[in-house]
Amino acid sequence: MPDYTLSELMVAAAAREIHDGDVVFVGMRLPLIAFVVAKSTHAPNAVGVFENGVLRHTPARELIFTMSDGPNITGALSCLTMLECMALLQQGRVSLGFLGAAEVDRYGNLNSTEVRGPSGNHIRLPGSGGACDIAALARRFVVLLDHQKDRLPERVHYITSPGYGPWRSSGRLKQGGPSAVITSKAVMRFDGLDTTGGEAHLYSYHPGVTVEDILANTGWTLRVSPDAHETPVPTNKELRVIRRYDPEHFWTR
Amino acid sequence: MTHDNHQPREKLCTLAEAIERFVPDGASVAMGLQLESMIPFAAGHEIIRQRKRDLTLVGPISDILFDQLIGAGCARKIVAAWVGNVMMGSAYNFRRALEEGIPHPVEMVDHTNFTVALALHAAALGVPFLPTYTAIGSDLFARNEGLVEFEAPYTRETMTAVRAIAPDVAILQAQRADTEGNAHVWGNLGAAPDAARAARSVIVVAEEIVSSKVIASDPNRTVIPGFLVSAVVEAPFGAHPSPVQGYYNRDNNYYREYHRGTKTRQDFEAWLDHWVLGVGDRQGYLDLLGAERADSLKVRKHAYAARTDFGH
Repeated sequence: MPDYTLSELMVAAAAREIHDGDVVFVGMRLPLIAFVVAKSTHAPNAVGVFENGVLRHTPARELIFTMSDGPNITGALSCLTMLECMALLQQGRVSLGFLGAAEVDRYGNLNSTEVRGPSGNHIRLPGSGGACDIAALARRFVVLLDHQKDRLPERVHYITSPGYGPWRSSGRLKQGGPSAVITSKAVMRFDGLDTTGGEAHLYSYHPGVTVEDILANTGWTLRVSPDAHETPVPTNKELRVIRRYDPEHFWTR
Repeated sequence: MTHDNHQPREKLCTLAEAIERFVPDGASVAMGLQLESMIPFAAGHEIIRQRKRDLTLVGPISDILFDQLIGAGCARKIVAAWVGNVMMGSAYNFRRALEEGIPHPVEMVDHTNFTVALALHAAALGVPFLPTYTAIGSDLFARNEGLVEFEAPYTRETMTAVRAIAPDVAILQAQRADTEGNAHVWGNLGAAPDAARAARSVIVVAEEIVSSKVIASDPNRTVIPGFLVSAVVEAPFGAHPSPVQGYYNRDNNYYREYHRGTKTRQDFEAWLDHWVLGVGDRQGYLDLLGAERADSLKVRKHAYAARTDFGH
């Protein structure tokens, strides 16, 4: 048995998407901890942007459950309005945004608005929040989700947050697009818009997961990169940071 | 757009009076403008007790307050980017209303956080719309008449026009205010400053009422100028279970209990009887919460700002 949880592996993978000096739209749940890990390891100069209006150049000193919790305000770089944070995004000053979603499709479009239940009934989800804004306007975005076939359809039922499509190839959206999807089985990356229109491919498979398993649990014929490899396991240092921050495994069960 | 500048001389009132007077049936009400903190739960519960009907609820996200108002039958329309329970996931009354029409059908107008902020900002600026690049490529346009693609002047590019939203009333939490409604707010501001300027009337719910001298000593912190304010209410712990920086922390267990305790309609009705309908006012709610629980949420690690010299 590995001495880390799947969530910890996903957090470490997400942390490595953050480059030093990145301005990161952090979000909550696992990416929040990924930001803490990146700041404490390879990206000490990353800046966090939270859509409630908070900018941080240091992680909150204690575990937070929402971005507006007390520890995320104490010692912040700046407390602004939502519009001022969204302005950074629209100007192209945000290098990376993290998102979750109920569904992600072949071209990195996300649905967090409404899905169909087993009997064809509609299941209403909470909605975009800032997800559409991050997908449309960040210079790149990374998605985290559980790897299940019905959550990775060929086409999402509803585009809450735009991935690749005519809106990018036509230049109507000037920047960005998805750069990685980190699932509970694999990491996918995307081809350039000019080759396949920005289609996802298998980039790495998590330890103990076979490529066949991934293909069988993806809703379209996922192409496998010739360079596909095993996802690196979390380092001891990464695990120390994760466990110090989330000792009761609320987010990293 | 007309603004009522004939405010009553005496703005300081009880929460019951403020809701009675400024939240009529059918009103559009902006709440939860600071996202997960400083959510006006006390005001929301008073709206439920007064059995207000056919409200349009406006806000970027709602961390369970809209869910409670929907479940209590107060809302006819939701104009928001996200409705749920931030730490736990879905909110069940919102789902029941949209999926099954329980307790009655509710219209949902889907926004993004940015488009809500822009819509309020447009109204605050007094213009009918504002342009943005967000939402392009999404399916949001189909179900939101307040988002339209248009060709921008000068650059001839396709952009999104976000229609202004001027709520009938904005209910805003403040750390402290004077009796005129001049209010100090600190921490994350969200869309609160724009909502205060966009709305036709503003109710300020403050943790404490202080002298005008205290407010005037720090004008940069006066996020809401009193002349925009219709009513001022003193309600300690008025945002519980959401946090107020410098006053109390988030009651995470309350959100967990709400998630577990409202899965069925029957469970929600019991929750509502217990926490809202079964108490006469906010003091009754706080008595039910108990001094020990409230005390456990109080700020332990104070972090005061440096003294600031406004002299000349």
